[in-house]
Order: sequence, then C-alpha cells, then structure tokens
Amino acid sequence: MKISPLNRRRFQNFRRNRRGYVATILFFAIFMVTLFAELIANDKPLLLSHDGELYVPFLVAYPETRFGGDFETEADYRDPFLEELIAEKDGWMLWAPIRYSYDTINYDLPVPAPAPPSAENWLGTDDQGRDVMARVIYGYRLSVLFGLMLTVLSSIIGVAAGAVQGYYGGWLDLVAQRFIEIWESMPFFFIILIFSALFVPGFWTLLSILLIFSWTALVAVVRAEFLRARNFDYVQAARALGVSNGVIIFKHLLPNAMVATITFLPFVLTGGITALTGLDTLGLGLPPGSPSLGELLAQGKANLQAPWLGITAFLVLSLMLTMAMFMAEAVRDAFDPRKTFN
Amino acid sequence: MVAQDTSATEGPLLTVESLAVRFHAEGGDVDAVRGVSFTLNRGETLAVVGESGSGKSVTALSVMQLLPYPRASHPTGSIRLGQEELVGAPDVFMRSMRGRRISMIFQEPLSALNPLHNVEKQVAEVLIQHQGMTKVAARARVLELLDLVGIPDPESRLDDYPHQLSGGQRQRVMIAMALANEPDLLIADEPTTALDVTIQAQILELLKDLQRRLGMAILFITHDLGIVRRMADRVAVMTQGEIVEAGATAEVMDNPQHDYTKMLLAAEPKGRPERSGEVPPPLLRTENLKVWFPIRRGVFRRIVGHVKAVDGIDIDLAEGRTVGVVGESGSGKTTLGQAILRLIRSDGAISFDGERIDQRGFKAMRPLRRQMQVVFQDPYGSLSPRLSVGDIIEEGLLVHGLVGQEASRRDVIAAALEEVGLDGAMQDRYPHEFSGGQRQRIAIARAIALKPRFIVLDEPTSALDMSVQAQIVDLLRDLQDRYNLAYLFISHDLKVVRALSDEVVVMKDGKVVERGLAQRIFDSPQQDYTKALLAAAFEHRMIGDG
Repeated sequence: MKISPLNRRRFQNFRRNRRGYVATILFFAIFMVTLFAELIANDKPLLLSHDGELYVPFLVAYPETRFGGDFETEADYRDPFLEELIAEKDGWMLWAPIRYSYDTINYDLPVPAPAPPSAENWLGTDDQGRDVMARVIYGYRLSVLFGLMLTVLSSIIGVAAGAVQGYYGGWLDLVAQRFIEIWESMPFFFIILIFSALFVPGFWTLLSILLIFSWTALVAVVRAEFLRARNFDYVQAARALGVSNGVIIFKHLLPNAMVATITFLPFVLTGGITALTGLDTLGLGLPPGSPSLGELLAQGKANLQAPWLGITAFLVLSLMLTMAMFMAEAVRDAFDPRKTFN
Repeated sequence: MVAQDTSATEGPLLTVESLAVRFHAEGGDVDAVRGVSFTLNRGETLAVVGESGSGKSVTALSVMQLLPYPRASHPTGSIRLGQEELVGAPDVFMRSMRGRRISMIFQEPLSALNPLHNVEKQVAEVLIQHQGMTKVAARARVLELLDLVGIPDPESRLDDYPHQLSGGQRQRVMIAMALANEPDLLIADEPTTALDVTIQAQILELLKDLQRRLGMAILFITHDLGIVRRMADRVAVMTQGEIVEAGATAEVMDNPQHDYTKMLLAAEPKGRPERSGEVPPPLLRTENLKVWFPIRRGVFRRIVGHVKAVDGIDIDLAEGRTVGVVGESGSGKTTLGQAILRLIRSDGAISFDGERIDQRGFKAMRPLRRQMQVVFQDPYGSLSPRLSVGDIIEEGLLVHGLVGQEASRRDVIAAALEEVGLDGAMQDRYPHEFSGGQRQRIAIARAIALKPRFIVLDEPTSALDMSVQAQIVDLLRDLQDRYNLAYLFISHDLKVVRALSDEVVVMKDGKVVERGLAQRIFDSPQQDYTKALLAAAFEHRMIGDG
C-alpha cells in the first residue's frame, strides 16, 4: 500500500518527538511481552518429559496419576514429591523464568507474608504470599487490555454518535446533545458502587459499565468536525453528484474527524486504566484474586510495613500512565499541521 | 509630518537593495524573494504586482520585519527607511517603527481586527502605545481619524465590535488604525481584494485622497492590474521572487517589455460568446423561486420573520446557453445556485427539461444529478484532500453506474482529465500536488465526466490568478461549444461574466435589479445599481485604454 505524503510527514513528526516515540515503543513492547505472561511467570512447567513422553503442562491439565501420583486432580508441579516422581523416570521440567503465576501462593516463605524481595520472589510477596512480580506482569496485561478495549469500543460508539449528530443536525442533534449533557452529569462512580453492591462485577461487566459512561468523551470533537465539514465544498460537490449520505459520511467526513479522534484516544486509554485501578483500589473492581494493580496499591496502603508493595504498584502505574501521556503528546504532534521541529 | 523626523535629508524614503528572503523548510530551503531592489519617494505610490506565490507579500512583510524569524532569513539585502537600516534591526527599534513610521493594512479586515475589542479600543491602542496619549485625548483623536476615513457618525460607532461593521467599514477602521500616527510609509497588502467591487472603488478613492492630504508614501501590493492603473505612480512586476520589470505605470502598461508583463496584460478575460441561428429549446426554468430562512425567537421557537436570501427569481436557460448571475456578497446568488440544484429547500417551481423537479426528494433527484452538475469557487475546498484525483472523478461515475472494468475505468478518468487539458496519467496524484488553476480543471473534469447538460458555475474563477482565470474561461467556452452545455454562471466579476454570458441577471438582496441580454446590460444599463457595478469594474480599464 502506498503511504500518502501527508501520512509520511505525520509519521516523521511522530518519530521526531523522541520521548513520545520511545515511550510508545516501550509501552507496546511491554504489552506484547506481557501478552505471553504464561510463558514468563507460571507455576506450571512449560515443557515436561516423563517416561520418554513430552507434556506441555502450562497448556494442558494432566492428572497427577499420569506421573504415578495418587490423586485424580491436576498435578501440582511445585510439590517436591512430584519432582521426585518425574526425576525417577529420567524426566525433566522446563520452567518459566518466574516459577509463580499470579495466584500461586508461596507456602515456603522464611518470614510471614508479606515477604520482602528475595532471589525467589524478586519483588517480594503480598500479604497472601503471592509473588508480586508475577502479579505485576499479569496486572499490566489486564490493565492495558482493559484500557484498549474500552478505548476501541467507546470510540466506535462515540464516533458513530458524533457523526450522526453532526451530519444530520437539527432536532436529532438537539435531543442527543441534551441527553449527553444529562448523561455526563451523572456521578458514574457512585452508580458503579451501587452496581457492585448488587453483584460481583467481572472483567466484562466492568467494561460495559465504564463503556456506558465513557463513550460520550469523543462525541463532542467528532460532532464539531462533522458540523464544520458538512458544508465544505467537496461535500456539497459529492451531494451534487448524487452520492448517498452514508458514503459521504464514511468517505468524505470520517477521515476529517479521525485526526481529532486519534489525538484524543490516548486520553481515553489512560482514563480507562485509571478508572479500573481506582475501582480495584476501593475493592469494587475485579473479583478477588484477579491480578490487578489497583488491588496491589490497596495492599501497599494496608501494609505500610512492607513498602515494596506500594512502591512497586506506584512505579508500575506511573510508568505506564506516563508512557501513555508521552504517546499522546507525540500523536498530537504528528497530527499538528503547523508543528515544526527546529 | 511627524516631528521627530531625523532623516529629512534628500533621497528616497524607502530603499530596498538586492533583498533576498529564504525560508527553511523540511524539504530544503525555499528562496521566496531573490535580489529585489526598488525605491519609494515621499508621497509616491509604488505598486508591486504579481500573481500568488510571486513573493510580493513576503517583500512587504520584510519591510515591516514581520516574517517568522528565524525560520525566515535574509541572506542578502538591505532595507532602509531614510537612513535607518531595518534588516536585522533590534526588536525594540522595530517596534517603535511599526505603527508609527510604517503602517500596514491587510487583505482580510475581519481577521486583522481583534474580534473582542470595540472600535475605540482598536484604534486608541496604537495612540496610547506610541504617543503615550491619555484615554480621553486618544478618544478625541479616534473620532477625528474615523471621520477622516469616512465613517459616518463616528461617535455612535465607537462601541461597535468588528462583526457589527460591514466589510468596507472594517477596512476603513483598519486604515484609521494604520494612519493614527501619520506614518511616512503605508504598506497596503491587497487591501481591496476581499471587498465587493463598489466598495473597492470607495476604498481606493479614500486611500488616494488620504495620500494627497497626508503626503505619505504607499507601497501597494496587488494582483489586479486595474487597481495598478488607477492608483500607482510607478509599478514593479514580480514573478517567482524577482522583479522582472519596473517603471512608470503608464509606460509599463502601454509598452510592456518583459514577456511576463505582456502575458499578464493580455490575460484579462476577453471576448463575448458568439451565437448563431435560432434560439435553442429551453432546458431549465424557475418561476418565482424563493429561499427564505426562518428567524425563530422565544421559547416556542416561533417564526418571527424570514431572511429572504432568494426572493422570487425567474430564470430561463436554454440548451447550450449561459445565464450570468451577477451580484455582490450577500446578494443570494450562491443560494440561488444551490436551490436550483436542489441542495437546499426552496419554494417555487423549478423545471428541468420540461419536468418539475422541485417536488422530488433526495433519492428521486439522483438520476437527474447526472445531468446537472456544479463547480465551486474555491478549488482548494472543493476537492477532498484525502482522495486521489482518479477517486475524485470516479465518485460520480460510481454513483450513476457508469464505470466498467478496472482497465476501462482508468481510460474514462483519463479521458475526462484530457478533456480539461490535463494529463490522463495524473489520476494517481493527490489534489495538493496541483496548482489552483489545475485544481479548478480537476473540479471541472469531475463535473463533465458525467456528461451533464447543465452546470452551475459558482464563481469558478474568483480564487484564481488573472492569467489562469482567462485560461479557465477559454476552457469553459470551449466545453460549452463541444458538448452544448448550459451554464448558470454566478460571479461578482463582470469581466468574466461578459466573456461568457448570453443573458445577465443582476441580483441584490435576493431580488432581481435588472435583467436582459448581456449586450444590452453592458452597453446600456438602466438601473443605477448596475451602472455603479459596471463603473467600478470597468472604469480603470477605460482610463488605461483611453
């Protein structure tokens, strides 16, 4: 595909903002790595050889009896007894670099939990004996995934709503604008409080609830772009050619609104991540046991004698959000037609 | 004259010597002005003429030292006001010169005036800044200045904001600001281009009069040769950053030496349409066409009145003929075009090819769109910047199912481009790679690709340079002859209208002032308004020709 000169200039501008460019690469590189969190931090071996046969325990659940154990339940590979069983049959186990998953409890702590950082638990453990490093890796993935999904979904809804309002205008616009004003003035945090009192919210319910309130963020910019652009001569010319409204919206107007939308997206992303973290910190977010950065933050607050909890949560969150903000700056530079670098 | 004039020695007021301006851009440096030299004496008017991109405005801004330094630089050159060197002068010094000894008026007064300041504040600011006047003293002086620039009843205007003034009044306020400190040099950068022709004439007259009274020198930047004839003692013709010819106005105009000057002078649209035989069958007809925009007030949005943009217009357009619609801004001529194309709601009968079309909805209009097309004024706004030229032309063809296979698709688009004098291979390029004239050709290609019978031309030449205007007029005439097209030609430029129209409708405030055969309107106008329009448009030409 041929890149238009305009987009090439935008990409160059994006790269010229070194800080934002590096932050973007870092943000998504870490995200890509954490997407394979199961290969990095897992309490099951990645590969296991037993009696001449190969097993992939991190993908498939094998009963303990398969390796000569007594129980029908899934094997606990961290159990010294199982290790012995496998060693007996000339077996070996290939472990992930971190031998803990987000919910693995280290029962062999030399001190009561929360345990400080050590060679075994690089960032220590939380107050339930779970490895903080593993929880951070899974937590980063969860937060970014949540933020990205919220961003994509709310921009689809927001752009659609803004486009329709801006293009058709009139009564439709008037009613929708008033509705959005009322909607936006609702205290969504309290509504979520009520929701979580009624049932335990999961990933998808939280996403839906936040989506209900976050889609309005983009409506204003997109609507303004459409209001401005719908009287452009080239839109009038398309109308005079007999082009239908749908095609005009998609082909002629949407590309205009995309600049404003894309500039806005990183802010929706950070907003989503922050909202999720906030809810988790209050204990109203993801179900207990989920690897969440907000929960880690809450633990840090509850266990001031274990500063590695609070410090880790703070550093990870601020790093993630700062990188996202630098990314937003670079995106803004990229789409700014007057931006020059000297 | 100004009291602190230390340079009242002999010699020219403004001396520009081998001035060069270079802009640092991403793709390499651009030399906008290359070795320009001229002088300007007290009380004299020098016109710098050129087309867009010639470097004339950049030259004017260098005198003010208002270029975006350090992105812009002067590799060589000196600008002296009297004995004072302005190039590279410290900022403090330049601030004391601007508005006091050199003033400038700009093309678009609405964007040059601060929308949040009233007239008194706008004008008084210069006085308080440079002369340290008190508010009360400044107020008296502001009234004096407003009176000088011909604003009636200035006292009542002091509290008005720019949007409450008409275009001509805004330009008068700008001039009052520029003259507040009685500058030695006034730089006028296309001061009348954004104004209607009758207002243009008034502003030019005002500038001339003020020059006589105050004895200042004027550096007049323009693209309009008519204005040069009328205003300037001497003229310098600029193209591509260089002055190619300079001299006394009459000499240069009547006996141009350089090819470019000759081309500019020859470029004014000429001729009239030649017709023969009987009158062809009618194609488009409107009866008592009205476009009224309701004004709503109050809680219940009751309609309390109407803005009558188009108020009872009859148009009769025969196949292959042109009706010119003439009017100043706000006369409703563009709205008329849109109503005929059924792009906005209107009342009154519109029939096309014997069929009533004013009752049809958007979908029912679609088959007819193929036969009625439109070309807009601004070739930069009328082409989507994100589509290639091929995509732009193809769009209409797609809607009407006129595109075949991939191979023939390219041929059809290439044929449309060649029709308007462009290379068919250009279809893969984007609009921004083309000049204004080429873009207008693309817009015309988009319209004629559908093989229409009727085209609304909404000021198709107004945004273009003079030499390009003539080419577009020739192209339109040629296309009309070839395809028997009917045009509704909307323009404020009477020269272009004369070159194309069979019949002329003069509009003012939504109503017809005068109508008739083009020949008759131009040779013996009946109404005062028409006479004023014609005088404003053709007067300076007659002086020049005579």
